[in-house]
This record gives sequence, structure tokens and C-alpha cells, in this order.
Amino acid sequence: MATRTFIEAIREGLREEMRRDASTIVLGEDVGVKGGVFLATDGLFAEFGEERVIDTPLTESLIVGASIGAAVNGLRPIAEIQFADFILPAFNQIVSEAARMRYRSNNAFGCPITIRAPFGGGVHGALYHSQSMEAFFTHVPGLKVVVPSTPYDAKGLLRSAIRDEDPVLFFEHKKMYRSVRGDVPDGEYTVPLGQAAVTRAGSQVTVIAYGLMAHYALAAADRVDEDGISVEVIDIRTLRPLDRRTILDSVRKTGKCLVVYEDNKFGGYGAEIAAIVAEEAFDYLDGPVMRAAGPDVPGVPYNHVLEDWFMLDPERIAEAIRTLAAY
Amino acid sequence: MTTTTTSETGGPAGSLARSLGLTDEDLVAMYRRLALARAIDERMWVLNRAGRVPFVISGQGHEGAQVGIVSNLRPGFDWLVPFYRSVAGVLTFGMSAREIMLAQYAKAPDPSSGGRQMPGHYGSAAHNILSTSSPVATQLLHAVGIGLAARIRRTGQVVVTALGEGASNQGDFHEGLNFAGLHHLPVVTVIENNGWAISVPAAKQAPIVDFAERAAGYGMPGVVVDGADVIGCWRVGHEAVERARRGEGPTLIEAKVTRLTAHSSDDQQTKYRTAEELERERLRDPLPCFREQLLEASVLTPEGVAAIATEIAAEVNDATEWAEQQPDPTVASATWYVYAEDRP
Ligand SMILES: Cc1ncc(C[n+]2csc(CCOP(=O)(O)OP(=O)(O)O)c2C)c(N)n1
Repeated sequence: MATRTFIEAIREGLREEMRRDASTIVLGEDVGVKGGVFLATDGLFAEFGEERVIDTPLTESLIVGASIGAAVNGLRPIAEIQFADFILPAFNQIVSEAARMRYRSNNAFGCPITIRAPFGGGVHGALYHSQSMEAFFTHVPGLKVVVPSTPYDAKGLLRSAIRDEDPVLFFEHKKMYRSVRGDVPDGEYTVPLGQAAVTRAGSQVTVIAYGLMAHYALAAADRVDEDGISVEVIDIRTLRPLDRRTILDSVRKTGKCLVVYEDNKFGGYGAEIAAIVAEEAFDYLDGPVMRAAGPDVPGVPYNHVLEDWFMLDPERIAEAIRTLAAY
Repeated sequence: MTTTTTSETGGPAGSLARSLGLTDEDLVAMYRRLALARAIDERMWVLNRAGRVPFVISGQGHEGAQVGIVSNLRPGFDWLVPFYRSVAGVLTFGMSAREIMLAQYAKAPDPSSGGRQMPGHYGSAAHNILSTSSPVATQLLHAVGIGLAARIRRTGQVVVTALGEGASNQGDFHEGLNFAGLHHLPVVTVIENNGWAISVPAAKQAPIVDFAERAAGYGMPGVVVDGADVIGCWRVGHEAVERARRGEGPTLIEAKVTRLTAHSSDDQQTKYRTAEELERERLRDPLPCFREQLLEASVLTPEGVAAIATEIAAEVNDATEWAEQQPDPTVASATWYVYAEDRP
């Protein structure tokens, strides 16, 4: 066991998969000599050379589109989009092409690519360096969407994503890169896609979250514990395919469900979880399915007063838990 | 640098072809593919008008460029990343008349998509023909990625991809050519310029006449060729493919072709094209041009032409009848292959 920051775990995962599988390549903006703007790919260029660690031009659609072609012709590309906010020029390639390649060709062609992208707010990144982009992609059959929250999961899930036969979007909350540490085993391990984790056991309220919010949910659970409210926290880890069983088992036990997500509330990913719980666990519910989410403005504002207003925090989540518990 | 190529300077077809290293058999084989593509294409329209298939998008007028250029690839080894007009291209690269008709009828054994996509969205894993989608120009980037993998894996493969001149205004075209030029990738891009993007003429699409000029911005040669000149297309394709094979990088070819039909079966082209224009464009039909050229050079005889026509008619009849009898996909299969795990 070693302690690693979130980004160290990702870097190790990349390095070890590139050592294990000579067909892997990394491509993106500044991923080479510089090692990425967050240093997620630091050292890869030195070890694997410019042929496997490719500094692309500033062309997101090319980064994804060429990854698709390379995957079809025998490589396993790991693309980096420098900030999730800038994934939109590649949206067509991801949604029209990568996601549909297998289905539209009746399984003749697959598309084993991984697209890593730093996302999320609370880092003074303003409108265009703070967004949560997951909901655009979780809507799309054919894509897998992963949002890890611990170094252990980040490394294990990244390995699974790279080895997966289908396109995986791998969103990394950038506020966690250096602020979150955790134990990572020395040997090779994977965390399978599609499995949620119960990160805290409780009996009265189920709180469902992912990414940075999975940490805030745990902190909020600690706070309300002092008020005598027992909270079960689920870190979904993989948003698509979704582990419905873990969620429904928990809600059927607690009877109350709060979904937490950093993205704008309206039409956000958590709305789907709320709908599933309402449809499939209605008879067990002892209160409305509730959501704590970001406000519906077009982006996270820069000024710290405004940014703090936008971002959920443990206290706001705790307040939502108290409201639901009292219902 | 943009160059314009024609084969006329080379004299009669037979001697020119020999000077290029083509045999009479090669020329006849090319003619046969062109004629087969046309016959299949015409059959598609007949079936559409008869109410047997709901949709047709086809390549009449584009076949000369496709056969000429794609004939330079090694089937099953190189890659073809086609678009919806590539009927002759995919036939040249190994697909059969039956396989094309399966897609036209959207039957279960259709190798392109198992009946999931509209006709014209070709693909075949067995033949290294990448699955086609509908948003134009996205395939440019896939061709570039295939070329990148060929380079990294040292396979020696060459990729040919094609699109319309209208599609060449899309960002993906420019991002793709830029990267291919930057890395000297073995990618040959063919703009099949038929002068129209549905109803919008090329003059309203771009401020240039020769779209091959765009190559200059991406560090690769741009070549204009007459799409009715099959041997000229072969020569330009040969140079581009060999250049790519030698590791010297990509080429942009613009073939000036004609669109002999409406954009698709859902388009009424007389609303925007005059009868005079349509009449005039018939003169640029590559099929009679090539036939005349081969007859004149005695590579083909009138009897030979007739014999080929008879064979092709039989082939198209067989493909049509056979494909029509194949089963539709089952409803149960509609959920298969969203992901690799979703197997029957
Ligand atoms: C991104 C996108 N926009 C619009 C369309 C609808 N559409 C299909 S073909 C076409 C015209 C294409 O013209 P061109 O590229 O010149 O090729 P041509 O059809 O003339 O061979 C249009 C507008 C599309 N398929 N994709």
C-alpha cells in the first residue's frame, strides 16, 4: 500500500497500462513534453516516446475522431481533452461516431477508446473551466461514463476503462487532483465499470453522489450524525452503465433518497437517478426523492462570492439531509 | 501546389494505359466495375419507384473517379473510408452486388449494418471498409486515425477516403487534413466535386473553384482531375497511393464529377437545375466516355461490351432477387450490440 494523490493514481494507471499494452497511445493538447496542463501524463513522453504520446494540434474533434480511426485499426487510444469544457467541438465525433460505431455496424466495428477530461468547479475556473459535462454523455447509449472520487477507484477504473471494448468517458474532478489522497495497492488491480460503492452505511437517509460531491456527501453525513440522523452514502463511480441494484437496495432500506450533483439542477444526471428511484422504489419511499444540485445559471461565475454561491458544500448538503429526514 | 491532370496528352487509351503499367485486362476489369456500379445504381432507383425500397442515395456520375482511384488499393489490406456515393468505390474494394442489395433492402445479413442504417451507409469489416454515418466529413478524421495507426504499427497500409465538395467546408475536413499533413500520414482524400451540395451550387459553398487548392494550407499536394477520365483518375490515384505507401505523406485529389441523379430519392432536382444543364451534364458521364475510349483503342469490342452488359444484368438480377428473399432483422435483435457485452 502506498498513499497517492488523485492525480498520481491516474498517472500511475496510465503508465502501467501503457507498459502492459503496446497498442495504447496517449494523445491530446500538451500531453507530451509538458505532461499535460495538470501533469496527468507527466513522464509518459520520456518513457514511451513521441510516437505513443502525441501532442496534437488544438483540435478536439481530431483528437477524438483520429482516436476512433486508430482504434478501428488496432490501437487503444487514450485521449485527453484538456478541460471538459472544451469537449464540445468533439461532441459530434463522440455522440454520432464513437457511441454508434458498434450499433450501426451491427457489431462489425467496435470503438475501444478512453477519453479523459478534467471537470468541475470550485477552482476559480469560471464559466469555461468549471463545467460538469457528464449529463450530455450519460444520455447516449453506446457510451460509458465514469467519474471516480478516490485515488484507488481512479486507478482501478481507469484500467478497466482502457481495457473496455467500448468508448468510455472518464471525468476527473480537478479540485481533487491534489487535495484528495488515499491508499493505492502496489500490485495490479482493477475496479469494474458499472459498480457503485456504499461508502458509509446508515439507516435513515440514502445520499447518492459522485466525484467531488461524493466527498462532500460523506462530510455532510458526519455533520448530521451529530443531529442523530443516520445516513448511507453511495458513490456511484460509473454513471453509465448504472448500478441500479445498489441504489435501490439502499433506498428500499432507508426509505429516503437525496441525490447530490454539482451540475445545474435542471436536466442534470441526478434527475435520472431520482426518476429511477421514484419508478422502482415508490412503495418503499417515506418522503419525496430530493435533489441538491447546482443553480440554473449558464456557468460557475469567477468572483469568489459568486463561485461560493454556485458550489454545493457539505453544509448545504447537510441542510438538505436534515430537511428530508424531518419529512 | 495544385496541379491539373488529364490523360489526353498521353494518346489513345491502350498505349497510355500500357505506358502506365496497366494491361488490357486491367482496363476491362475497371470498365466492368464501372458498368456494374451503374447497373446496381439504376436498379436501386427502379426499386424505389416501384415502392420496394424507401430510400436511395447513389453515385451515378461519380463512378469513374471511384473506380479509377480505388483500383490502386490492395483489397483486404488497405482501408477505404467511404461516403454515401461510394457505390463504385466499395464494389472496387471487394463488396459484391448482393452485399449492396442487402443494404438496399435493409436485410438481416446486410454486412454494412444489418439493416440498421439507411442504404448508402456502407461498411464491411471483412473488406476494411469502415462503417459510414450520416453527418458529413466526420469520416475524414477516422481515415486519419487509421493512417496514424498504420504508421505506428508499421503496417504499410494506405487509406483512401472520400467526400463531397460541400462537406469539405466542415471543420473535420480541415482538422483532418492538417493532422495528416503534419504527420505525413498515408491518407488519400478525394473530394468528389459534383458542383452541388443538394441544391446549393459550389459557387455558393466556397470562394474557390478548385477545392484541391485547400491542400496548400495543409502541406500536401492538391491535384485536380476530370472524373470522366477514368484512366486519368487511375493515374492520379496511383501517384497518391504510391506516395503514401512510400511514407511521403498524404494527397488531396479533387475529381470533377457530375451528379446524374437528384441528390437522393427525396430530392426534386428540377427545382434548382435546368433541363439544359442536366442534358449538358450527360456528356460528362464517365461510363460512355470510358467505353468509347476503350472501343477506340480496341481494348474492347462492341461484342465484348454487349457480353459484359449481359453478365452484369444477370448479376444485378440475381443480387436483387436474392437480397429480397433474405430475412428482416428480428425485433429481439434491436438491443444487440449497444455495447460489446450485448450479444445474443
Ligand atoms: C453535418 C451534416 N449537415 C447536413 C447534412 C445533410 N446533407 C446530406 S448530404 C448534403 C449535401 C452534401 O453535399 P456534398 O458534400 O457536396 O456532396 P454530394 O452530396 O453533392 O455528393 C447535406 C446538406 C448532413 N448529412 N450532415
